[in-house]
Amino acid sequence: MYRILEKRELTPVTKLFVVEAPLVAAKAMAGQFIIIRVSEAGERIPLTITDFDREKGTVTIVFQEVGKTTKMLGKLGVGDKILDFVGPLGLPAELPEKGHLCLVGGGVGVAPIYPKAKAIKQDRRPVRITSIIGARSADLLILEQEMRSVSDELYVCTDDGSKGFHGFVSQKLKELIDSGAAFDEVIAVGPMPMMRATVETTRPYGLKTWVSLNPIMVDGTGMCGACRVSVGGQTKFCCVDGPMFDGHQVDWTEAMRRNAMYVAEEKIADHQCTCGGGSK
Amino acid sequence: MTDQKKKRVEMKRQDPQVRRRNFNEVAQGYTAEEAIQEASRCLQCKKPMCVQGCPVNVKIPEFIKHIKEGDFAGALRVIQETNSLPAICGRVCPQETQCEEKCILGRKGEPIAIGRLERFAADFGKNGGNGGDSPDGGDCNDADPNGDDCCNGGCTGDDSRLKVAVVGSGPAGLTCAGDLAKLGYKVTIFEALHSPGGVLMYGIPEFRLPKRIVAEEINYVKRLGVEILTNVIIGRTLTLDDLFARGYKAVFLGTGAGLPKFMGIPGENLNGVYSANEWLTRINLMKAYLFPEYDTPIKRGKRVAVVGGGNVAMDAVRCALRLGAEEAYILYRRGREEMPARAEEIENAEEEGVKFMLLTNPTRILGTPDGWVRAVECQKMTLGEPDSSGRRRPVPLKGSEFEIEVDTVIMALGTSPNPIVSKTTVGLQTHEWGGLVADEETGATTRPGVYAGGDAVTGSATVILAMGAGKKAAAAIHEYLSGNSVGG
Repeated sequence: MYRILEKRELTPVTKLFVVEAPLVAAKAMAGQFIIIRVSEAGERIPLTITDFDREKGTVTIVFQEVGKTTKMLGKLGVGDKILDFVGPLGLPAELPEKGHLCLVGGGVGVAPIYPKAKAIKQDRRPVRITSIIGARSADLLILEQEMRSVSDELYVCTDDGSKGFHGFVSQKLKELIDSGAAFDEVIAVGPMPMMRATVETTRPYGLKTWVSLNPIMVDGTGMCGACRVSVGGQTKFCCVDGPMFDGHQVDWTEAMRRNAMYVAEEKIADHQCTCGGGSK
Repeated sequence: MTDQKKKRVEMKRQDPQVRRRNFNEVAQGYTAEEAIQEASRCLQCKKPMCVQGCPVNVKIPEFIKHIKEGDFAGALRVIQETNSLPAICGRVCPQETQCEEKCILGRKGEPIAIGRLERFAADFGKNGGNGGDSPDGGDCNDADPNGDDCCNGGCTGDDSRLKVAVVGSGPAGLTCAGDLAKLGYKVTIFEALHSPGGVLMYGIPEFRLPKRIVAEEINYVKRLGVEILTNVIIGRTLTLDDLFARGYKAVFLGTGAGLPKFMGIPGENLNGVYSANEWLTRINLMKAYLFPEYDTPIKRGKRVAVVGGGNVAMDAVRCALRLGAEEAYILYRRGREEMPARAEEIENAEEEGVKFMLLTNPTRILGTPDGWVRAVECQKMTLGEPDSSGRRRPVPLKGSEFEIEVDTVIMALGTSPNPIVSKTTVGLQTHEWGGLVADEETGATTRPGVYAGGDAVTGSATVILAMGAGKKAAAAIHEYLSGNSVGG
């Protein structure tokens, strides 16, 4: 079992865990993910690796409490153990060797862009990093200090204007491009609508934009095919071919529709969770 | 031979009208009286042909003799000499094309029901025979794969034993591990999922192979001294090279099925289209049929079409009925004669009300405006000249397109071998279609000390063929390691 060594509440609904998992830590690379299960009757869900420490044998995950499994996970504390914690899964991110990279993170999606920036800076690659991070409001913004430490410039955006730029991260990105920022490529991670908006922002400029998809998965090892996405007209399995894809090639309508496949069931499970097994 | 002697003793099964709506085991097994009666039909051949038909060489006449004499524990002991998974084999082996096909009794009447007797011995030998033979040994169930030493002190076995790693805990891996443990090796199985068993857990449904039975047989393998570490993906969590660096002297790869195949027709990514792998994994491994008691959901289709004619297609369509489908179809592009599924499974499905639409091939899946499956468009087929598989090639009939209204489509078209190990290991050759290159007799791959077997080598096949491959590889690994130690 996988012991939780540290817990931080980044927002009322977003938690950070440092988990003891030496084998995963030894192999983890930026861009990869793990799959967890919290209870014997629980679901397997994928979570992106936010950070890892090979020497200490730890892996850091950040998650937002959106459904039954993440809510159960959020109830665990320091010293508790996660039942299953398997990885690292997926392909490592292909990060640039040089040039000007723009990292765009929305909501809990700031967590997955952090290890990419950190890997580039740790490798001392001559890459200039401009980061744009955002959330609905200031109290939901996460990892600002961490992102500042690995970025050459950092822009903060909030939908309600409670901090930084008043608007979406994609709007800030457009403003920077139009005011002359010569980005060589963009990596955008966050909720589907945010990634889609970012991709549509960069498309007219022909600016290469990578996204990290988070489809529904079961085994996560290339066996079940639940996570298939259409990229450039071809079916790809996100767990073994991804999770990073060329955002301009992704069929977003299909991807968003597939992610909503179990909305009704998620409500039932979540209701059961909040009411304690359906009892009154 | 009297008429009674020509016929085998029937095995009770759940009534089709009842079982089509529950996940309890369909076949109920013999009672002691029935088993003894059936065992009495065995001719006890001096040169038993049946044994030659068995990929793991179970001493069939010998175990049947024990049953006839009422010594059920003795029967189980005989089987376990060569087969660590008898309760599983007795349930899911295609005996009709293996041991039973060779039975002399089959020439003038029905062959002896070897599968049913094996199942009986496994079930009764344990209960009536004080658990069969169970060698002592540490139970490493809770070993922590992330610990420095894989065994974490749980197994305080003899340290001089040579270490062998087995990748995958399906039928090939369990058999290979069991045989190697019996030969005195210290065996660790690495399993990617959270519970061991591979296809026995995620693939074959509860009503054909209860998971309690699988767990019991896995425990038997553990009691032989085999350690099983779950949540370790070889090729990701540890590489093959890591295993050798950690002191494993040989490795067996039984990584099983990989990516599911789709047809490449329009509409396959609509909501409501599943691969059989996903459908069955949700139901069997994750117990989605018990949602919301279990958290993993599944869409309970009212009108379900399963594409394919193999055992997996039968499992998938019968699960659909049990999830409440009003109509459940098999769509298969060839005829009934060409279906690769066991005759018994086709009959079971038919009795339960599955509709077979043969010589029928999907051309596209049609969706509602919001992207859910609405119907599947099919084409009628006719059979032409035999193709490379020896079966007559299906040829489309022009202008024969028609629609079947369904809300769920399940593709049961087979899988390609799992690519994770081959893609992350130097020196391991694969065929163009992804299967590992391995010697048919020994399982030896292109890398010294690495052996492979099961679906990872052959593509989709049966439990017993995987077990046979695991058995041959265990013998080959033993020869390799004893040769090494003698020759220095």
